[in-house]
Amino acid sequence: MTMSVAMTVNGKAVSGNVEARTLLVQFLREHLGMTGTHVGCDTSQCGACVVHVDGVSVKACTMLAVQAEGSKVTTIEGLAASPEKLHPMQEAFRENHGLQCGFCTPGMVMSAIDLVKRHNYAVTEEIVRHGLEGNLCRCTGYHNIVKSILAGAQAMKAAGV
Amino acid sequence: MYDFAYHKPKSVADASAAVKKASEGKLMAGGMTLIPTIKQRLARPSDVVDLGGIGDLKGIKVDASGVTIGAMTKHAEVAASADVAKAIPALAKLAANIGDAQVRNRGTIGGSVANNDPAADYPAALVGLGATVHTNERKIAADDFFKGMFETALKDGEIITAVSFPVAKKAAYMKFPNPASRYAMVGVFVADTAGGARVAVTGAGPGVFRVKDMEAALGKGWSADAVAGIKVPAGGLNNDIHASREYRAHLVTVMAKRAVAAAG
Ligand SMILES: Cc1cc2nc3c(=O)[nH]c(=O)nc-3n(C[C@H](O)[C@H](O)[C@H](O)COP(=O)(O)OP(=O)(O)OC[C@H]3O[C@@H](n4cnc5c(N)ncnc54)[C@H](O)[C@@H]3O)c2cc1C
Ligand code: FES
Ligand code: FES
Repeated sequence: MTMSVAMTVNGKAVSGNVEARTLLVQFLREHLGMTGTHVGCDTSQCGACVVHVDGVSVKACTMLAVQAEGSKVTTIEGLAASPEKLHPMQEAFRENHGLQCGFCTPGMVMSAIDLVKRHNYAVTEEIVRHGLEGNLCRCTGYHNIVKSILAGAQAMKAAGV
Repeated sequence: MYDFAYHKPKSVADASAAVKKASEGKLMAGGMTLIPTIKQRLARPSDVVDLGGIGDLKGIKVDASGVTIGAMTKHAEVAASADVAKAIPALAKLAANIGDAQVRNRGTIGGSVANNDPAADYPAALVGLGATVHTNERKIAADDFFKGMFETALKDGEIITAVSFPVAKKAAYMKFPNPASRYAMVGVFVADTAGGARVAVTGAGPGVFRVKDMEAALGKGWSADAVAGIKVPAGGLNNDIHASREYRAHLVTVMAKRAVAAAG
């Protein structure tokens, strides 16, 4: 069944014709050409596909595009103010060597921002480790990801974002 | 994943009509189980009826008689509710430990209960607290609702509208999570209710079950020691790559002891 769908992605109104079965992640990657959101497992385990829908983190491989009708979606492409000025959480990942191959990174950053906001910036190592249960990384061993998120939380607070 | 027709009705009555009219209709809450099931071709619905547009199914009400949670209320909302945390803290804590943050942002109580995964957490709370499942047709006591692996008392197309939980004198839930999925390898919900002590176990068997021997022992005196010597037979329990049935039987007693101690 082909349907029209409309939503706001990174502040811009977008629309398209999709099949009912089209996943939100397919709509973002294949229809809008925004390939920053990754697909790792396609089974809601790994978190590579995490985006924000109406302000909270979700796995875009386990949501239909039509379920996001009328929603505000933010992807990794929508975080940085400009190519020169990264979001404080992205900057913290760079500073703290929070990535190796980078495949998991978009999802990690999106989950991290939601986690930090949900805890009103007051995150501890324990909260971060627990909060990353839905995100898998095959490279880093998580240590520098946790370090990045703790630093990113402080930087977000300081920047008021 | 095969394609299907998609509907997003505004009322329970319209949803019920849409699912009944379809040749192979499926209700959808967050889709956290339904979408993977369709991807794996374990289900091939002709029509998917999304309950996400029905305002009546959302929200949490707390009053003197207990806590009523609309079917489309997400786990994250139950976990974050100060009212739930005050009335039945064990319930808020249970919701906070379902899956991961992204699962909690999409998964709903109605979907979890209707799905009746043998390792899901909510069924233990419903049976442990003696909750009532409200549908568009009737009210069903939790004890009569869960019918074993992925089976419930729901008729085809019947829609859960809410779940109501009576407040208990005390209650706690302890789970031994599968480290990969966070589903319960074994989870035990204990409650001291107006109708007596209740002990409900999830994850261990083909569906949630009560341990009457533990309930009787707790009725005589509420203490972890009262359940420490009570074992459930391993015979009918789940046996898989995650744990043997003997290990699960052992965990039931350990989790029950911890839950009773946590309830205070
Ligand atoms: C990675 C992962 C980890 C998870 N970990 C846990 C865990 O630790 N503990 C746990 O308990 N659960 C866990 N879950 C399950 C999750 O919490 C959801 O509750 C569950 O997947 C149901 O999702 P949903 O609410 O989106 O329902 P859906 O997937 O939309 O629906 C599930 C089923 O219920 C039916 N249904 C939905 N709503 C209604 C209704 N109102 N009336 C009648 N029928 C209805 C649908 O037709 C479908 O058959 C996990 C899921 C994932 C993907
Ligand atoms: S691709 Fe969505 S969770 Fe792995
Ligand atoms: S950096 Fe390679 S998967 Fe995380």
